[in-house]
Amino acid sequence: MARIQLQNVRKSFGAVDVIKGVDLDIQKGEFMVFVGPSGCGKSTLLRMISGLEDITSGDLLFDSVRVNALAPSKRGIAMVFQSYALYPHMTVYDNMAFGMKLAKAGKDDIRTRVEKAAKMLQIDHLLDRLPKQLSGGQRQRVAIGRAIVRDPQVFLFDEPLSNLDAALRVQTRLEIAKLHHDMNNVTMIYVTHDQVEAMTLADRICVLRDGIVEQVGTPEELYAQPNSLFVAGFIGSPKMNFLTGKQAEAFQCHTLGIRAEHLVMDNTNPVWSGEVVHFENLGSDNYLFVAIGEEMPIIVRVDGKVRLPLGSTVGVRPQAENLHRFDVKGKPMRQ
Amino acid sequence: MQQAELQAQRIRAAMWFLLPMIAALAFVAAYPLLRSIYFSFTDTTLTSLYTGQWVGFDNYLNWRTLPSGRTIYRGTLVDPAWWNAVWNTVRFAFVSVSIEAILGLMVALVLNANFHGRGLVRAAILIPWAIPTIVSAKMWAWMLNDQFGIVNDMLFNIGLISEKIAWTANVDTAMWAVLMVDIWKTTPFMALLCLAGLQMIPRDVYEASKIDGVHPIKVFFKITLPLVKPALMVAIIFRMLDALRIFDLVYVLTPNSAATKTMSVISRENLIEFDKFAYGSAQSTLLFLMIALFVTLYIWLGKVDLSGDKQ
Repeated sequence: MARIQLQNVRKSFGAVDVIKGVDLDIQKGEFMVFVGPSGCGKSTLLRMISGLEDITSGDLLFDSVRVNALAPSKRGIAMVFQSYALYPHMTVYDNMAFGMKLAKAGKDDIRTRVEKAAKMLQIDHLLDRLPKQLSGGQRQRVAIGRAIVRDPQVFLFDEPLSNLDAALRVQTRLEIAKLHHDMNNVTMIYVTHDQVEAMTLADRICVLRDGIVEQVGTPEELYAQPNSLFVAGFIGSPKMNFLTGKQAEAFQCHTLGIRAEHLVMDNTNPVWSGEVVHFENLGSDNYLFVAIGEEMPIIVRVDGKVRLPLGSTVGVRPQAENLHRFDVKGKPMRQ
Repeated sequence: MQQAELQAQRIRAAMWFLLPMIAALAFVAAYPLLRSIYFSFTDTTLTSLYTGQWVGFDNYLNWRTLPSGRTIYRGTLVDPAWWNAVWNTVRFAFVSVSIEAILGLMVALVLNANFHGRGLVRAAILIPWAIPTIVSAKMWAWMLNDQFGIVNDMLFNIGLISEKIAWTANVDTAMWAVLMVDIWKTTPFMALLCLAGLQMIPRDVYEASKIDGVHPIKVFFKITLPLVKPALMVAIIFRMLDALRIFDLVYVLTPNSAATKTMSVISRENLIEFDKFAYGSAQSTLLFLMIALFVTLYIWLGKVDLSGDKQ
């Protein structure tokens, strides 16, 4: 367990500023997810916490001790890489035991810990194999196992699921959530560009954009009270509908945001109406794409049983309490 | 059925693509090799290339018992000059390839690091290898010359030697001169092959080792070396093949020195200069067998993966 604090942390590669002053307080035992589009600096920030990347300025504190200059191996961290980073010439067992062997741990102690971690991840039958003989999902488990064996205070995940196929991703996601639960409140920091992963795993999410923290909060907070147009558009699937121009002016704002599930069909007293141009059937839900004169059609969630022919005209009405109004700068306007 | 047809078509296509290469190899490699093996079993001379008679293994080993009861053995296999050449060649190959492998790997490790002007240094280091051997051998011959050579001059002026040394002519130093020039010339080639191997190693493995807290020296022996080993082994095979048949450097730098005469040099000597064409052919054949033996042993002992399937 460790509390991690970042105080005005910055990173530049030559003349390029990648992290432009990040303040963040990660609590002991918290599952924090860094999310953002590619190039936002989320991986760099994680690598700075791990010590693989130097900090240009600012302070990084582990339990109130400044660790800017501490070697990665001394920080009590374990890291799971996107590419697994297993040692290709060592067996699964040796991969997991390597760190402990170097720390001159006793042989029996090593064996117990490796076997315990392997059982936990259901890879105990693979201990004699080489990484190249494993599937992607198995390799990722070995990488996680190697991290567990280190018995870290802080777990760092750098997009660990992005090399797995969709089904395996969902399954491994569940396992990581379970791991966090089982590991007695080890602090975990997880980097992803996938907002679904962020929403499902995180205690708190940190949304990054161009090296700046856009918003930090629980998944619910980010979903219900986005702090900017960017967060509103980034969190949630399908994407929040944005209306501008006259349609927004009618609500006294520059941009009006409304989620698909907060729109109801109302042909008798519609606020907007338009033609159904596309239709996505997800089984339980249907998404109607309605062209109401905006650049993009707005997406309306309806029940999975509703069938509407393309080209038919429908009226929709937003739920007044779930409107998101943004000013010219993309900042929310509270009522 | 269709599957088999497709397979057959693929094999036919492959055959047609391979045919020109096989024909060329048969013409420039297989034919000369077989012909010189054939010559080694005849009494061919330079003046009677097409009229040589079959003499069996006489060029390799033959004996005659004199009326006095003494048996005289003759042939390459009992020729001390030949065995001297074999010993020279093996010693040269072993020492030069070992030193080149170590130096080459060291240079490759340096070139693999990130620094300014790396591209330029990588290109510059290849220069010794790019110079034709004859040119560099002549160049070194002058530099090592006992009267006018710059090497002697420098060593003399700083007082390391009290009298000028005939590096290439002196029996004690000739082999070292050849070795030094060969190492100077071929280390870049080793470095380049090792560098290619080093660049195949994924970076993230090193990051994982940083998190594991592995000491840099251990990183080299436990991670870098095992991972670069396949490339290194192949590089050593290439060099070994080259070193065992070395000719030009020895021929130019230390002509006619028993201390450096190699198998290639002595077989050429017999073939052309001494007009013992069949005898030289026998030596060439032995050289071929010896190289084949060395490489087979090496591949077998080193479990070298020439097909590249392992990784």
